[in-house]
Amino acid sequence: MRREAPQKIGDYAPLFFPAMMLIVFFVVPFATMIAVSFFQRQQGGFYVPAFELSNYQRFLSLFFANVLGFSLMLAVTVAICCIVLAVPFTYLLTRMARKVQIAWLVALLSVLSLSEVIIGFAWSTLFSRTAGITNLLVMAGIMSEAKALLPSFGAVLTGMVYQAFPYTVLVLYPALVRLDPTLTEAARTLGASPIKAFFTVVVPALRNTITATLIMVFIFALGSYLLPQLLGRPQHWTLSVLITDQAIYQSNMPFAAAMAVFLVLVTLGLVALTVIAGRKGEAA
Amino acid sequence: MTELLNKGVGRRAVLGAGLAGVSMLAMPSILRAQDKSLKVGVYGGYFKDSFDKNIFPDFTKATGIAIEAVAEPTGEAWLVQLDQAAKAGQAPADVSMMSQVSMLKGQATDLWAPLDVAKIPNASNLIDRFVNKYPDGRVAGIGAVSWYITLVTNTDVFKEAPTSWEALWDPANTDKLGLLALVSNSFLLEVTAKTYLGGTNALDTEEGIQKAFDKLAEVKPNVRLWYRDEAQFEQALKSGEIPMGQYYHDVTGLAAADGNPVRSTFPKEGGIQDSGCWALSRASTKVEEAHVFIDYMSQPSIQAILSRKVGTSPTVKRELTDLTDAEFAAVSSDIDPIIPRYDLYQTKSDWLNQKWTELIVG
Repeated sequence: MRREAPQKIGDYAPLFFPAMMLIVFFVVPFATMIAVSFFQRQQGGFYVPAFELSNYQRFLSLFFANVLGFSLMLAVTVAICCIVLAVPFTYLLTRMARKVQIAWLVALLSVLSLSEVIIGFAWSTLFSRTAGITNLLVMAGIMSEAKALLPSFGAVLTGMVYQAFPYTVLVLYPALVRLDPTLTEAARTLGASPIKAFFTVVVPALRNTITATLIMVFIFALGSYLLPQLLGRPQHWTLSVLITDQAIYQSNMPFAAAMAVFLVLVTLGLVALTVIAGRKGEAA
Repeated sequence: MTELLNKGVGRRAVLGAGLAGVSMLAMPSILRAQDKSLKVGVYGGYFKDSFDKNIFPDFTKATGIAIEAVAEPTGEAWLVQLDQAAKAGQAPADVSMMSQVSMLKGQATDLWAPLDVAKIPNASNLIDRFVNKYPDGRVAGIGAVSWYITLVTNTDVFKEAPTSWEALWDPANTDKLGLLALVSNSFLLEVTAKTYLGGTNALDTEEGIQKAFDKLAEVKPNVRLWYRDEAQFEQALKSGEIPMGQYYHDVTGLAAADGNPVRSTFPKEGGIQDSGCWALSRASTKVEEAHVFIDYMSQPSIQAILSRKVGTSPTVKRELTDLTDAEFAAVSSDIDPIIPRYDLYQTKSDWLNQKWTELIVG
């Protein structure tokens, strides 16, 4: 079947709806945000249209650099943890019986139906001293005294990995299902152990998928602002938390917008770098 | 096929637009059907529900003015909406309950219509600080409700109630406190100034504020949770996970009445008293009705109902109300309160916010 190139304007019609949605729900809000980031903050009031760089200037300080650095580090760590857990998990899942797969996927999808608030409160209970998992360890005689595991970096990381894990599996799943089973069979025939076959055949064959998933989880984690507040100390607050503070509590929209624009730019930059590095690796 | 489809969409669109048009035309006539009405903005959720249930129906009965309650979003979003609507000559609500910082910000743009105290005879019942004035003396708002933030403790962990805010600084309380996360809602600078620097006047100068920040930095090792979400701290306080902190006096009292091991203490330096004002948008045309409403709300009997049913502290003088000692103690105290320095959050808000964030995050 040959596909005809579009001839008339009407042939582009199917594109109008998505394009309009993209404009209304992405381009316009984002452009507004960029515009507001240059507006002048009226302290004790709102903001007035202007063009000034002071919002960006305020952001360029050691303090915000540290917060930005921590946010990026946290998002990268979450992405790596998710991949490390999800790739073997999904691989094993695809080898299972259809019924078992469906049960697992339904369970994972139901985790997605939980809001960030519920996830945060559930983990804060599990990590608490009074009702948390350490009580079970005490009962089992492993620990002598129940203790609180939060607020801590580990608690934030656990909560965020828990939240992102279902997405990771769902993105990896189609690629792993389609993976040709004869590849691993060939490796096994040639004498590779299952683990060696997994690392030398499955993982390299999925390199692009893994990179794409890594980027997706990274961006997803970067936007998290509730879990760091619920499970972490102030030094574990991400830039998104400070953006929320400025926008909602200080009504400093220009500064909040400037921080958000900066965060988007840094994110895009990192994603571009990853893609370029990936291409170079492929060419080599 | 495409033609048919287009026609279908077109017809539906015309129908839809027609329907929308008809309903828009119908709406003003529905509103006109009420003789006198007033749109009142109240914080959404608990406040609005309580007012809808306990206050507004009686007001309509007494005055014949129908109330249309509007749920205000929290934060300053409502102020922004009122301000922008007023510029376009619109009033999404005639009278709104506003925070003190919002009152000051609204004053800066002349958002509030000056109130005529002669038409609000009950205003004389108010404690003086609850009459909000423009710098030139015009009345911008009248105290609607007030509430206290006090020192709260878990009674299982702290057998003895603390007596002073100094407990926050006590090295024995390492990693035990839950405090509000924002400079503008925790009012901890004021607490520090009143406890250690001789009063909130110490915050008049930047040096004074710096001193308060330095003193406040000593609290940091004691803080386990800087909370924005009230439910999070309340839960942890009840379970004893975080056994001390600052929280709302009336809510803590209700939790204790439910059998939870918590108590609220007015420290000897005073509880933090925050409050909301009734203010009239300058775009409102319901000036008469608004004055009637504000006068009604300033009656000692109504303030007493609010104390009993909503848990707010009266804005009128205590002796005018018929509250019993127990009822009064449930919402308030005779100890001189710590009044937040709202002016600072207007004139120095960015500087304070930056210093505060660096203090707790850094």
